[in-house]
Amino acid sequence: MAAATKPSRWHRNLNAKLAAIPMIVTALVVFIGGTVWTVVYSFTNSKLLPREKFVGLAQYDRLWSSSKWLISIENLAIYGAFSLVFSLLIGFVLAALLDQKIRFEDTFRTILLYPFALSFIVTGLAWQWILNPDFGVQQVVRNLGWESFAFDPLYNPEIVIYGILIAGLWQGTGLIMCLMLAGLRGIDEDIWKAAKIDGIPMWKTYIFIVIPMMRGIFITAIVLIASGIIKVYDLVVAQTGGGPGISSEVPAKYVYDAMFLSQNLGQGFAASTMMLLTVVIIVVPWAYLEFGGKRK
Amino acid sequence: MKALRAVFAATTALCAASAANATDLEVTHWWTSGGEAAAVAEFAKAFDATGNKWVDGAIAGSGGTARPIMISRITGGDPMGATQFNHGRQAEELVEAGLMRDLTDIAEEGNWKEVVRPSSLLDSCTLDGRIYCVPVNIHSQQWLWLNNKVFEDNGLAVPSNWDEYVAAAPKLEEAGIVPLAMGQQPWQTTLAFQVLLVALIGPDAYTQVFGGKDADLAAGPEMAKVFQAAATARDMAKNSNVQNWNDATTMVITGKAAGQIMGDWAQGEFQVANQVAGEDYSCLPGLGVNEVIMTGGDAFYFPKVDDEAITAAQGELAKVMLSPETQVAFNLKKGSLPVRGDVDLNAANDCMKKGLDILAKGNVIQSPDQLMSADSLTQVNDLFVEFFNSPSMTAEDAQKLFASIVANAD
Amino acid sequence: MTKAPHLLKASMTYDGGPADTGPDMSLRPGSGASAANRIVDGPAGRKPRKALSRRNILIYGTLIVVCLYYLLPLYVMIVTSLKGMPEIRLGNIFAPPVEVTFQPWVKAWAEACTGLNCDGLSRGFFNSVKILVPSVILSIIIASINGYALANWRFKGSETFFTILIVGAFIPYQVMIYPIVIMLREVGLYGSLTGLVIVHTIFGMPILTLLFRNYFASVPQELFKAARVDGAGFWAIYFQIMVPMSLPIFVVAMILQVTGIWNDFLFGVIYTKPDLYPMTVQLNNIVNSTQGVKEYNVNMAATILTGLVPLTIYFISGKLFVRGIAAGAVKG
Repeated sequence: MAAATKPSRWHRNLNAKLAAIPMIVTALVVFIGGTVWTVVYSFTNSKLLPREKFVGLAQYDRLWSSSKWLISIENLAIYGAFSLVFSLLIGFVLAALLDQKIRFEDTFRTILLYPFALSFIVTGLAWQWILNPDFGVQQVVRNLGWESFAFDPLYNPEIVIYGILIAGLWQGTGLIMCLMLAGLRGIDEDIWKAAKIDGIPMWKTYIFIVIPMMRGIFITAIVLIASGIIKVYDLVVAQTGGGPGISSEVPAKYVYDAMFLSQNLGQGFAASTMMLLTVVIIVVPWAYLEFGGKRK
Repeated sequence: MKALRAVFAATTALCAASAANATDLEVTHWWTSGGEAAAVAEFAKAFDATGNKWVDGAIAGSGGTARPIMISRITGGDPMGATQFNHGRQAEELVEAGLMRDLTDIAEEGNWKEVVRPSSLLDSCTLDGRIYCVPVNIHSQQWLWLNNKVFEDNGLAVPSNWDEYVAAAPKLEEAGIVPLAMGQQPWQTTLAFQVLLVALIGPDAYTQVFGGKDADLAAGPEMAKVFQAAATARDMAKNSNVQNWNDATTMVITGKAAGQIMGDWAQGEFQVANQVAGEDYSCLPGLGVNEVIMTGGDAFYFPKVDDEAITAAQGELAKVMLSPETQVAFNLKKGSLPVRGDVDLNAANDCMKKGLDILAKGNVIQSPDQLMSADSLTQVNDLFVEFFNSPSMTAEDAQKLFASIVANAD
Repeated sequence: MTKAPHLLKASMTYDGGPADTGPDMSLRPGSGASAANRIVDGPAGRKPRKALSRRNILIYGTLIVVCLYYLLPLYVMIVTSLKGMPEIRLGNIFAPPVEVTFQPWVKAWAEACTGLNCDGLSRGFFNSVKILVPSVILSIIIASINGYALANWRFKGSETFFTILIVGAFIPYQVMIYPIVIMLREVGLYGSLTGLVIVHTIFGMPILTLLFRNYFASVPQELFKAARVDGAGFWAIYFQIMVPMSLPIFVVAMILQVTGIWNDFLFGVIYTKPDLYPMTVQLNNIVNSTQGVKEYNVNMAATILTGLVPLTIYFISGKLFVRGIAAGAVKG
């Protein structure tokens, strides 16, 4: 009997398995394969071309003694924390505002969403210009008579990462707002009625009833935001090039610079391995719980 | 014998014919600004005149953007016909991996060893006695550019060396002028440091540190002077908040700043602004102390390909790039110096002539690209960026870090 | 997974909710799809009171201020692109142009130089289209089939592959440049359009598969089961039931892919040759030429021109986008 059922079970899902081949190949060959390859070569002293000259942990020693890398991590942590919190917060608040049966909703929504159509390079250039102290906001305010006004985030090492954050949020919050709006529209009107009857204040309804119901939306939003944070590169390059000095360096840029500017592939691979490791530690357990669990 | 000669003649004719057949040769480079593109056009014109066709593959954003593309193309097994790299060690591994074409035959035929000057340029194209690249120009970076009017207006004499310049700084600052303009991109701060090093303690020490990786010298008292001077420069440039080198040059041209340490390419900016060398602006090679120039520049490499027509076209291009006429035409547009000692540059201006003189005297040093790996140089870059951007970092601390980089450099 | 944490269990019951509650549910789409329909029905918040209440002033006031902030960069870009260089040097970037000139636009489109080729962005436009169309189509086909298989035809290991895909979404592109160069070289696709299309498909796969999987999971099980009883197989159900009712999510996928692929610079330039370089390469060349005078007006015009295609798609399909997002993302 067992021998008879096995092939039929295997056969039953054959089409699904065949159809999933591109996905399986991508997952195994490109993502896993590429990752393993990267990790292996991070233990070599490959320069311009990958070479199998193993040097143990030397690349990692150097990585962690590089102040550029440490600054990169710090910047990513700041950028990441603020970006995640503010994207979700602003996205949610804007969506809630748009969800108040207002007029011109389409117009507002389009305006809030359009920056997402523009690339990071474009975003970076536009904001670089607006934040330029000689042309942009600072100069305009000074011309209005406030001579001592200072707003030059891109030229001040202390706050440069926030200057990048301004542009990043501008570009990305529209999409999050759309997601949130979609989620709010998915909430049953009866819930609002019930909350009103029970006399629960509006903000409480949002926080304790609506948001927990939008769990799926928040997860999709967090995946989108977080994967964007890890990859932040173009924006920094277009806005500051990592400057002033090295004050706005980020890990993805460290990787790129190590691989292609200093022609030290091993160092670049070591840095990317550290990034991957962080991702794996944070994302895998969560992703497995979220997507990997067997559901009914 | 006659028959043999006939056969020989036939083959040469055949070769000539195949060269005359229009072959498309894709050339990648990162020269995209107005002056640069005009210079590349000279190459393309000369190459097209041989009956082939130059297919332009320009990618802007300097080597950092273009190089990964070039390297990927070559390692991906789909190389371009020819590609630009800086002189030096950038392409070393590609050569070692056997991906680049050996140009020794063409070099011997064209007698490159005799005509290329200084000989170090050809040396950095050479690996195990074989030649793999064509040097096309010399860019020197040991220059201090000064706005004459700024000094005269403030009752100061135009400095003739670094010390006079430093002495004039306080008075300039009082007048609200930035004494030293400096872009904040990493390579610019490193450039300033290297220039100070060569000017203050001489070319030998420079070669010893960057070429010989002499960590003791790097940690020594002589070098401490250089770091002190760099700290002074940092102080003089503290009010300069531009990123690009040409923005810094514009500060000098408009009189917002008094001077800038920058390579000879800055001259293009002065020319565009209709400034006259010697009248409106002065140039001090080697900061007026040690008049030597560094012989960096660009070179072209030719990846190995199977296609015979392309191989022939590559040979043509290599010859064309070094021909005296192309060298003159190209370098006048580019603002750099030709790599041939036997060409005449009447059209050169004052500052360019100063450079040619120094070159003729043989007062040249190798560029850091030729002496140190890109990897170590990036570490040096990172250090100076940090140093020039954090006033709290002392000269002593920076020197210690520098010495440790030199000790581990390759 | 029997001892799943509390939260997860809660979400599971929530997820499964609508599909299991009675026979008439089979006529209604699942929670995601119903959310989509609600877009048309209108907002769910509390009803507004008077037209000029304090609350309304607060809402509209906030939205208008935020919108001004969002429009500022676009305004600056457009205004700048219409000014001549002398006017730009005078300063104020917010001032409207004194003398409107379209020269920067002409220059950006047809005259700006990339090395020796002085034909501006027009050179790359058709290349971008050539790259865009097959990449968008292929990536959407593959991701939708993936999502369908994951949602309706789970097999052993399917969720593991999906988890790997999701983690893959977090890998910085730069890291994958070399491995992919090697892979493409080995299969002989390096430098070809096909190779680039495959690369775009691979990097679009994680997020798109997530969206499709969520959407298809929200389609009522009853529909699916009924079709199975009628003897419909994997492909029949996909083409006859799933695809026809999935327009919104296809629109979302299309918008995301068009944006991503059109704006891509790195892959386009690394995995193809100059005769296939997309428009972004010319844009990069125009804005990144560091020597000489920076022509800000041309830069801005070029920037807007490059962004026009995705922008147009946004403006046309704005409503469908939210609707599709609603459908694809509601479920976790």
